[in-house]
Amino acid sequence: MQANTIHTVPTGDSDKKALLAQLQRAILPLQGIRNPLQTHPVENGLGAINEAFPNGTFPLGAVHEFISTGAESFAATSGFISGITSGIIKNNGIVIWISTARTAFPLAFQHFDISPERIIFIDLKKEKDALWVVEETLKCEHVAAVVGEIQQMDFNQSRRLQLAVEKSRVTGFIIRKDTKKIMPSACVTRWQIQPLPSELPNHMPGVGFPRWQVELLKVRNGKPGAWNVEWSEGKFKLIEKELNTVSFSSNQKRERYA
Amino acid sequence: MPKRYISIWFRYLLTDRSARHAPQLNKVPFVLVAPERGRMMIVAANALAQKENIDAGMVLADAKAVFPALQYKDAKPGLEMVLLHNLAEWCIRYGPVVAIDLPDGLILDATGCAHLWGGENAYLQDITNRFRRLGYYVHVAIADTVGKAWAFARFASSGNIIVDETNTLLSLTPASLRIEHSTIERLNKLGIRQIRELVNIPRPALRRRFGHLLLQRLDQAFGQEQEFIQPVQPVETFEERLPCLEPISTARGIEIALTRLLDTLCERLYKQQKGIRTAVFKCYRIDGKVEQIEIGTSRASHNALHLFKLFELKIDTIEPALGIELFILQAPKVDDIIVPQEKLWNGTSGLLDPGIAELIDRIEGKVGPGHIHRYLPAEHHWPERSIKPATSLDDTPLIPWRTDKPRPIQLLPVPEKIAVTAPIPDYPPMQFNYKGKLHKVAKADGPERIEREWWIDKGLHRDYYVVENEQGQRYWLFRLGHYDEEQKPEWYVHGFFA
Repeated sequence: MQANTIHTVPTGDSDKKALLAQLQRAILPLQGIRNPLQTHPVENGLGAINEAFPNGTFPLGAVHEFISTGAESFAATSGFISGITSGIIKNNGIVIWISTARTAFPLAFQHFDISPERIIFIDLKKEKDALWVVEETLKCEHVAAVVGEIQQMDFNQSRRLQLAVEKSRVTGFIIRKDTKKIMPSACVTRWQIQPLPSELPNHMPGVGFPRWQVELLKVRNGKPGAWNVEWSEGKFKLIEKELNTVSFSSNQKRERYA
Repeated sequence: MPKRYISIWFRYLLTDRSARHAPQLNKVPFVLVAPERGRMMIVAANALAQKENIDAGMVLADAKAVFPALQYKDAKPGLEMVLLHNLAEWCIRYGPVVAIDLPDGLILDATGCAHLWGGENAYLQDITNRFRRLGYYVHVAIADTVGKAWAFARFASSGNIIVDETNTLLSLTPASLRIEHSTIERLNKLGIRQIRELVNIPRPALRRRFGHLLLQRLDQAFGQEQEFIQPVQPVETFEERLPCLEPISTARGIEIALTRLLDTLCERLYKQQKGIRTAVFKCYRIDGKVEQIEIGTSRASHNALHLFKLFELKIDTIEPALGIELFILQAPKVDDIIVPQEKLWNGTSGLLDPGIAELIDRIEGKVGPGHIHRYLPAEHHWPERSIKPATSLDDTPLIPWRTDKPRPIQLLPVPEKIAVTAPIPDYPPMQFNYKGKLHKVAKADGPERIEREWWIDKGLHRDYYVVENEQGQRYWLFRLGHYDEEQKPEWYVHGFFA
């Protein structure tokens, strides 16, 4: 393109990059990722994980989706979510935990820096009610975070949830327990958390701090990745690890909705 | 204006009340009995029983000996208070200040009321007649002090309205002074049959012998000392009505009616610093049926918009049929509103945020009560009992949450049995089989012994271990009881660590 045609058109390579970045920034809010200046960042030692997200911070006011493959992975997932949530509710916020078959033990949340009395558990019988309640709570801006244990959710339902939080700025975490059929969703991210063997310093015997393999399977406008994370002393700690690449199944790669 | 008081004496209060529910009791001698020191004592007798010389204070067995066909029923303790309170509220139609006079009377401050009923005679007649129709046999008297009215209602023989009040009172027995039974007996023993004889005795002598109460009653009866009565306060009902000119049959019309009723009711509640806990919206249809919807809130609220949202979920259950001609909104349960302190920023006031209470109300309105839980720490070591549900959003933990012992983030409601290979006596398992899968234990912590709380339930103690298998999955296992010769203790998995 010639410089003398239109003034605003960049000539150099760097200008082109700047324009692209500017356009990217303009598009992000349209896709449900808020400008980080409007929200308080999660200061929880996420470190390198933050770089995977657009704008370089954990997206708040968005719906995150977690895939849980069993009771053990579900426990790891709830631990990771609790860690993130403790960073969100720093100033007296309220967490709502919605479930149809709850096993979460309130006492343990104190280990993740959440006062258990600030969690309101909503235990429902029907899956349909659970989705309604998740949407209703996500619409309520007085809530800091919502965790919903959902068996199955189709694209339209996830779109409704995402639209609800774009208005209310609540952060939603959806844990999907039925992994047989993972449908595309409108959520901003998709995660999978698996437990990793813990380690105590100097090879001491016993069980150490919780350690997880955190896989960011999909992130809208970001870079998926995988990290080893430990929760200790009230924050996340990234663990240097040997395996750096995560093998995505070809099926997941092909999905366009992420 | 001279003070006027009416005393209403229910001659047979409790038996009249029983007869109201079972009219056949009016025609037979009938008593109410209550157990006292191992025998049944008569506490109230009706007019026919009293004719047979059966009266309160007799033993039932004696009375049955005198009159074998005597009907009797158990008396409810404390009933007269409730009964008199209800009658007092009803009596507010005769005057604004009505007081209860236990055990069997009411006192009305009738100052300036009589002319509304066409004079005192008609006034008293009306009271007597209306109570008669209700089934209560009453003696009524009016006088210028409470003491005189009380005495005339019970002891005067010459009608309700006494012309020469002081002289009539002087001629009555000392029992008409509302004094203790023992004092009356002593006055009788001394041969004092009339109040006239009593007032001639020097006051210091009376006080020395009979105490201060007698003098006070005398002064009150003769109007030398002011007597105060405690009026009954009727409970204010929160109710709004909206009659319609044309019958309403559309959802939109019902919504408008509800909004208007809520606005006026909430305005009233706001002025009194109160809020709705439960509300009923009644729709009177032109075919005579009543459709109604109810809501409840978790915290008192006078926010019309929020209350409307709660009702809105149920409006479509109203069937207007041919149309609704009258809407009534009632608030049977209201509470005082706790005014939260104003905050500079919204969204951080936590559990006291009215937005949270409103969200919970909306969810409860949709899915029904009993689904929403919040937990506080409880003073128990037993894992299942270490938390207790909070009763309201205002509850705060009374003891700190414990973090000194590891607790799993997911706890199974019922521990699941597992097969283990474990060295004895108290080592963690080397491997265990859970849900058909073999887990080899790589790391373990424990045991943490938790004793059974024997004052609550019986059973064996639990020895808890935190174990991690080779894949890094962390479990909370326990062994129930000790190893001994006969049986091997059972192992369970109780939770999953993050």
